[in-house]
Amino acid sequence: MTAGLAALALLFAFPFWYVFVLATWPGDRILEFPPHLFFGTGGAENLAILLARVPYVANFLNSLGIALVSTILALFFCTMAGFAFAKYRFRGRDRLYAFVIATLAVPGFLNIVPFYKMMVAFGWINTWLPLVVPGMAGAFGIFLMTQFLENSLPDELLDAGRIDGLTEFGLLLRLVFPLARPGMAILGIITFIGSWNSFTSALVFLPDLAKTTLPVALSVLNSRVDNNLGGLMLGTALSLLPLVAVFLAFSRQIIAGLTAGAVKS
Amino acid sequence: MSKRKARGLAPYVFISPFFVLFAVFGVFPIGYSIVMSLYNWKISGPVAFVGLQNYINVLTVDPYFWTALGNTVFLLFSGSLLQHFIALPLAILLNSRLARAKEFLKTAYFLPYVTSTVAVVIIFSNLFDTNFGLVNWLLGLAGLGPVAWLGDSVGIKAALSTVLNWKYVGWNMVIYLAGLQAIPAELYEAAAIDGAGALRRHLSITLPQLLPVIFFAVSLSVIGGMQIFEEPYIMTGGYENLGGEGNSGLTAAFYLMFTAFKAGRLGKASAIAWILFVAILALNAVNKAATDRLGGRR
Repeated sequence: MTAGLAALALLFAFPFWYVFVLATWPGDRILEFPPHLFFGTGGAENLAILLARVPYVANFLNSLGIALVSTILALFFCTMAGFAFAKYRFRGRDRLYAFVIATLAVPGFLNIVPFYKMMVAFGWINTWLPLVVPGMAGAFGIFLMTQFLENSLPDELLDAGRIDGLTEFGLLLRLVFPLARPGMAILGIITFIGSWNSFTSALVFLPDLAKTTLPVALSVLNSRVDNNLGGLMLGTALSLLPLVAVFLAFSRQIIAGLTAGAVKS
Repeated sequence: MSKRKARGLAPYVFISPFFVLFAVFGVFPIGYSIVMSLYNWKISGPVAFVGLQNYINVLTVDPYFWTALGNTVFLLFSGSLLQHFIALPLAILLNSRLARAKEFLKTAYFLPYVTSTVAVVIIFSNLFDTNFGLVNWLLGLAGLGPVAWLGDSVGIKAALSTVLNWKYVGWNMVIYLAGLQAIPAELYEAAAIDGAGALRRHLSITLPQLLPVIFFAVSLSVIGGMQIFEEPYIMTGGYENLGGEGNSGLTAAFYLMFTAFKAGRLGKASAIAWILFVAILALNAVNKAATDRLGGRR
């Protein structure tokens, strides 16, 4: 039984192995029979081709910068909102929270056309802003932090903080942020991965190749007529490396966090 | 301001960023897309009111819309829903005492879900290469093929379905696994005493108990599946090819994006968005009715 499940796991992992293998074969030898299953010696050559064809370093830094800024903003705004929903009793709280959750079901394509016109009007095309600002207080992050803070932040501690003279915002900075770290770590990783992988918004709002992100740069490379498979495979493998490393290190927490919404309901 | 008052006001301040952002970047453009859908609105040039003409054109004379919607529904079944028949048994196996190293297996099955679509599709395009792809090599060993996967209208759908199943089956499996763990063990113990076999136990206990979870997971698949864009866009080489041979990889969301950002017809694209939205609502209603009916039969 376990052997069958493990064989299936290998089948799932194989494409990852394969792309790293192909990244080390020269472009004109990638498609050969029998297919390569082990590493070749064309890695350096592929790197030179990759760097000559797309501004890969700039794209890598754009992806990294957008993901980091998105993550920091999401951590701040989602923890703040989660704190309010988890720890305050206020009029309309349950309805407002239900509304936040309901927005998760709105399809992303419904606003894209006018949203694009807005970004043009704002002068935000080819800037990080369309990818960073609209989602910085995202509903999923608020849900995750509300769940976390409900269970892990004792009310007595907040009352003690108030007696010590902390303002409400002071409570957030001095007590909530330090105590919410485990939850924020999960939200941070999930936000980072989501941003790192995002394609459609970068395709629409970052049309300039030097200003765009890794996935868009790879798709451009992929659809070029003079496509060099060696460069493409290396670029793809390198884009996967940080992601696979983070996932393997924190898979348990990431899976629990990502499926929290689906599993709770 | 008094401390009491500050405490009353604070939660509203803390949650306000979400509502401000949702109003500006969500509600406003969604509402505005209704307006745009009533105009002949190009990316540049004059704008003219045309009433429902965009909707009528898309639904009656447009050469691609029904093809795209048909492809989307086809891929919804072959790519997004088919995998539930794999995900659920897989979750049952992983949940049983027979399976070891559960965390490791879960990680392996889930890895594709957290991987970027672009990277995944680039890898699979290579695996499905007509002349020297690994899939055709394996078929060759069995004396079959070669199949022109990405150059053939059926092949494109098969390759896309493979990617979709591979990428999302781990996600559904984890949802089912959590659902299974919530079923009280006593139910199974009682059935075991009654002498029910494994298959019988799963049919008479697991499936009915899991019905709400199945409904929810299928709903997510329907909502996600009807919006598929990135996979066909990359696999068939971008806007220029419009979904490849016979437009076989052209999905509704792909056609929406093409209409807006390649053809520059923003009004028509807005109309497509609303038609697609109604299609999603309708499919979810079907899912709900089917689930209620199954649940009511118990």
